[in-house]
Amino acid sequence: MATITTAAADDVTVFEGGALKRRLQQVERKRKMKALALVSPLLIFIIVSFALPIIYMLRNAVYDPDIHDTMPLTTQALEQWDGQDLPGEEAYAALVADLTAAQQNRQTAQIGKRLNYEISGIRSKILASARKMEKMESGPYKEAVIATDKIWGERDTWAVIKRNGSPFTAFYLLQVLDLQKDADGEITFVPPERQIYIDVLIRTMTISLSVTLMTLLLGYPLAYLLAALPTRIANLLMILVLLPFWTSLLVRTTAWFVLLQDNGAVNDMIMSLGLSEGPLKLIFSRAGTIIAMTHIQLPFTLLPIYSVMKGIPPTYMRAARSLGAGPVYAFRRIYLPQTLPGIAAGCLLTFILCLGYYITPALVGGPSDQMVSGLIAEAMNRESNWGKASAMGAILLSATMVLFFIYNRLVGIDKVKLG
Amino acid sequence: MQTRFVTRLLAGAAISLIGMSAAAAADLTVVSWGGAYQESQRKAFIEPFTSETGAKVTEEEYNGEIAKIRAMVETNSVTWDVIDVDTQTALAGCAEGVLEVIDWAKLGLDRAKFIGGDVTDCAVPNILYSTIIAYDADKTPNGPQTIADLFDTKKFPGKRGLQKNPFVNLEWALLADGVPLDKVYETLSTPEGVDRAFKKLDTIKADVVWWEAGAQPPQLLADGVVAMTSAWNGRIYNAIKSEGKHFVIMWDSQAYDWDWWAIPKGGPRLDEAYKFVSFASDPERMADQTNYISYGPANRDASANVNPDILPHLPSAPDNLKTAFGADPIFWADHGEELRERFNAWLAQ
Repeated sequence: MATITTAAADDVTVFEGGALKRRLQQVERKRKMKALALVSPLLIFIIVSFALPIIYMLRNAVYDPDIHDTMPLTTQALEQWDGQDLPGEEAYAALVADLTAAQQNRQTAQIGKRLNYEISGIRSKILASARKMEKMESGPYKEAVIATDKIWGERDTWAVIKRNGSPFTAFYLLQVLDLQKDADGEITFVPPERQIYIDVLIRTMTISLSVTLMTLLLGYPLAYLLAALPTRIANLLMILVLLPFWTSLLVRTTAWFVLLQDNGAVNDMIMSLGLSEGPLKLIFSRAGTIIAMTHIQLPFTLLPIYSVMKGIPPTYMRAARSLGAGPVYAFRRIYLPQTLPGIAAGCLLTFILCLGYYITPALVGGPSDQMVSGLIAEAMNRESNWGKASAMGAILLSATMVLFFIYNRLVGIDKVKLG
Repeated sequence: MQTRFVTRLLAGAAISLIGMSAAAAADLTVVSWGGAYQESQRKAFIEPFTSETGAKVTEEEYNGEIAKIRAMVETNSVTWDVIDVDTQTALAGCAEGVLEVIDWAKLGLDRAKFIGGDVTDCAVPNILYSTIIAYDADKTPNGPQTIADLFDTKKFPGKRGLQKNPFVNLEWALLADGVPLDKVYETLSTPEGVDRAFKKLDTIKADVVWWEAGAQPPQLLADGVVAMTSAWNGRIYNAIKSEGKHFVIMWDSQAYDWDWWAIPKGGPRLDEAYKFVSFASDPERMADQTNYISYGPANRDASANVNPDILPHLPSAPDNLKTAFGADPIFWADHGEELRERFNAWLAQ
């Protein structure tokens, strides 16, 4: 007996002394590795398709080495320049050397395009003067260069080149906030007739907010109806909500485009009911944009609210009523607070999705309903100005983050519930 | 140039997946704008090219997104061999070095024969199209005669369709305000000139329906939404010819512009691409294209071969050119971004 006990005790001591711990750790580590292996495809997918592009976009908004790379001598020569008067002879000599090299590497057009962002109209002047500079054989250059075009006798031109000497630039971020740097490096607003980006950003927020509120107003009672009705009828109605949800966004937008015409079905009905004399301005207007977007977004707001409502036992309301609460009071104090997590989730989902809309406002909206994504697509696809597109993306992303932060403070993200 | 590693990684993965299936089988991939336009290219160039050389051509469509070309070139995964580009894309693509510099000797073509051949080094002029004013003779029997009528809402009440772009609209505003044809761009280069153009546009701002896609203007006319509209001449001609509409084109102050053949840099089938562009620039084949769409051939030699019934419908017809102006690509490359910003701000006011 004694031997057995000793053996058992020995065993225990051995395990307690580290082997058990080690074994446990091993098992735990194995389990962790397994879990990691299981989630890693998704993790890698998210990093490659979501996190990296965002980081790349944010970098692109401030990183633009074009001038730094194509005009190395000039930007270096300008480092000593105080920016007060025109730069000295060595800067002009460097310019001639840089532009001659650029001509040979066919990079002049790129320099022209980049500087044209900051000084409109300078592109073709640079191209023309570069052709002349290529033929210059010896100095002094200053007079000769200014003679090729008077842009080289202006402080502004040199200030812009000097500013772009660093591969990092605030230009795009300033531009999409309607700001610019003048020759002295002071940040000022662009002239009012060119201010557009802040307006568009505010407009994007306003439209998204309006659509979110509309979907809430329409979706909440509907969700309540669906949750309260017997399953068979509720399912039928649910299909009516989900059918458009499964239809392509473009198809639904085009349908609204037809319905909202001046002589379309909606206006015909309004006029035949005698609600309005002439056709209402529905197509190419803010009203049309909000109607179409509300229709598309309704399921996104409704579904989370519905699934939260499904989980609220009807007995709570009955109990409140039997304890003497009126219907409004009972709704406000008992029912509404319980549905808040669903409202929070639905509204957040709709609001964030709305921020990215661009086909719908382009098709049924008017000229003053263009949203940020429309401008981003134009900068990206047509102007090939990826810096500006990235900067707009970065501003939209930060504005959304700020709103999300406020939302979190007000509602609390831990309270958000999808069902 | 900095290596754009991350874009390469991302775009390369995406594009190689998309491109693989298309590129595997084809000897050449030609990309254009779809619709009646690409159809005309198919009949005049692509099908004859295949039957003569035996090369299999795959067609693709795009919407002028230079971003797609740039992504392909930067990731070394070029699957488009020949692309039909507009002037803005040709100039921007050339500046960014994503388009091949055209070797005219290799094409075996005389650059001087091409209208606008010297505008850019990276593309071959292909057609001349034109932005014109059109109206429906069924609804407006005595339609507008001059560009001033576009701004005359007393004589011609009703909405006007205009492209949602400052391009051409600013030029028309100045012409209607009395600026002579040869002074338009000079005037527009000054701040006072731009103010003047916007002031003129102000007078009809409330009466404008803005369009964005080329298919919209014929539809706006057909629906009776507008009394007159700006449009691309080929689209109006098509509605007249194939849909039997009684639309009329007013050629006064027509603004012509180009489409171009361009070759993206670093494509694997450079020689075949050159062969195709050369084939499609032949005067007789260019003349044949006008049988399918009413755009003017950019090769000056082609005009002699154009069917005389079709000639009056082309922007390049001598009668139509009397008060025409070329939408200046250099001006728009220089001032386009600034004017677009100002135009967007003006629209939103």
